[in-house]
Amino acid sequence: MLGTSLVTAAIFVGCSQPAPPPAAAAAAAPAGISPQKMADALHAVMESDRTVYTRNVVNRLVKQEKVIKASEHWEDDKALPLPAQMFRMGAERVAEKNAGFTYSLLSEWPINKQNTPKTEVEIKGLQSIAASKGAEPFYSEETLGGQKYFTAVYADVAVAEACISCHNDHKDSPREDFKMGEVMGGVVIRIPLDS
Amino acid sequence: MGNNKLAWWIVGLSTACGVAAFFGFKMKSNDQTVFLPGDTTHGHYQIEMACSACHTPMMGVKEESCLDCHAADLKAVNDSHPKAKFTDPRNAELVSVLDARNCLTCHKEHVPDRTHAMGLTIPDDYCFLCHEEIGNERPTHEGLTFDTCTTAGCHNYHDNSGLYEDFLSKHLDDDDINHSGAVRERELIAFLKKGGSTFKPLSESDADAPTGKMGSKELLGHWSETAHAAAGVNCSDCHEQDESWSDSLGHESCNSCHSLEVEGFLKGKHGMKLASGLSAMTPGDARLPMKHSSFHEELSCVSCHDDHRFDTRSAAVDSCLRCHDDQHSRAYMESSHYSLWEEEMEGANAGTGVSCATCHMPRIEVSENYVKRTLVQHNQNFNLQPNERMIRTVCASCHGVGFAIDSLADKELIKNNFNKRPSSHIKSMDWVKERALKN
Repeated sequence: MLGTSLVTAAIFVGCSQPAPPPAAAAAAAPAGISPQKMADALHAVMESDRTVYTRNVVNRLVKQEKVIKASEHWEDDKALPLPAQMFRMGAERVAEKNAGFTYSLLSEWPINKQNTPKTEVEIKGLQSIAASKGAEPFYSEETLGGQKYFTAVYADVAVAEACISCHNDHKDSPREDFKMGEVMGGVVIRIPLDS
Repeated sequence: MGNNKLAWWIVGLSTACGVAAFFGFKMKSNDQTVFLPGDTTHGHYQIEMACSACHTPMMGVKEESCLDCHAADLKAVNDSHPKAKFTDPRNAELVSVLDARNCLTCHKEHVPDRTHAMGLTIPDDYCFLCHEEIGNERPTHEGLTFDTCTTAGCHNYHDNSGLYEDFLSKHLDDDDINHSGAVRERELIAFLKKGGSTFKPLSESDADAPTGKMGSKELLGHWSETAHAAAGVNCSDCHEQDESWSDSLGHESCNSCHSLEVEGFLKGKHGMKLASGLSAMTPGDARLPMKHSSFHEELSCVSCHDDHRFDTRSAAVDSCLRCHDDQHSRAYMESSHYSLWEEEMEGANAGTGVSCATCHMPRIEVSENYVKRTLVQHNQNFNLQPNERMIRTVCASCHGVGFAIDSLADKELIKNNFNKRPSSHIKSMDWVKERALKN
């Protein structure tokens, strides 16, 4: 669901480029959509799908109706995938498609330590979105593995009770005091830039 | 002097022509062993004559050739280190230390002097490269050496489906042996019926072989007692391929009804040569000890499933032991597993006996056309990549998970076909218990 929507968004972004301007104007304003606009559009889709799944599927069925469980081992436990897993599975499918961008979900308080911010931009970005309480995204450029990227970091906020109860109770979670509406981590979108 | 020079030219040119002719001939011939740079691994030696299965014409290696055969399995076990994890630019630094995007980084071929278990060709302590900090995160892991992560029965690089912490924690209180355990039933007929197939049982008088091709009375008798006859599978259904009659049948004939079983057979060591377009495997080509009496037999479905009888019980033990002659196979008849098999043969509940196939061709649940069914996985290697894969698919049906982990880590015990309790103990269950008590 999420993966498909993202690709649709990518196609939409790609198709919505304005008609090429006359040669003289092209020199002044680069044609096409800016990496920042593309990242913002992709994030709007990601964030919307993620909220819908978290609130209308997981939180509703697990916390309110109590008809099914959500579990990290959703196949073995015949349960719903956790919202973070849903997001990552989509990201993995996009990566397999070489879709022209990558995205990940990181946190300064991750359950899986591999999701700790580690590049300079990730560290600054996560600190910045936490400081602004999610009001402002963080944009930067970085070079990784010899490739230059436009990197955008967006706040990932606790949108349902399921988010905070699961993170506060998990044995590998470094924090037990998350509250509703709080920034719990960040979505990092990277778009490769021509050098 | 001039003559001498000419003679050298003649000798030189003749040698060059000879060498060129030799290699030219070899390139065209079926025997290309001369081009092998070194012994091929146990996993691939059977197809080492199908160079193009893995190599480009200029002898590069095609990455997708690994995935052609192994991708589905990796997906099925929820690979712990999928390629997509490492194509993420944030892991570029990790990739510069160990390029985990490429299978060949860890699995090189034709380098026997540095190949260890699972075809690994880098030193065993590679986990250190990315997980150096684990001692800080997990106090139980402090001071452990990194060459033990994947060799002590605790972790695997790809498949941790039977070893992950929450799975183990559900099995902390398992008994070593569950005496009422059994493996699941196969469900092909029920599955086909769900798909709309109807079956009209056949008897000897219904046999539709053409004149001159009708088998002996004895053979017809065998067929009429099979599940095939009961399900309405007539002579022509197997023997007529493309509207022409054939006496001897290959796996293609079985494929129309048993495609997933055939797929498994072609992936395993019994059928992988056929899958690569080579001649069929014979026990004489095997690296494991085999009985001389069956050295030249070519393997197909009917080598194990005696044609016209198709007795799955004899396919589960007798067929294996007709060829296999290693210590583990020879010790089977002395094991408790075999005693249980004998009891099942004498009328005990179905699925309570333990045959060779119970462990090596396990009954697994698969999803076909979005319908789940249980079938026999005919890839004998499915459970051995690595052997911990048996924990969930087989052992746990009758044994505690901790007992199974200990047993599978005990190499002597495996050789002697589990003739006593395991002598090794893997600490992972203790550590899981310790953490469970703390939380």
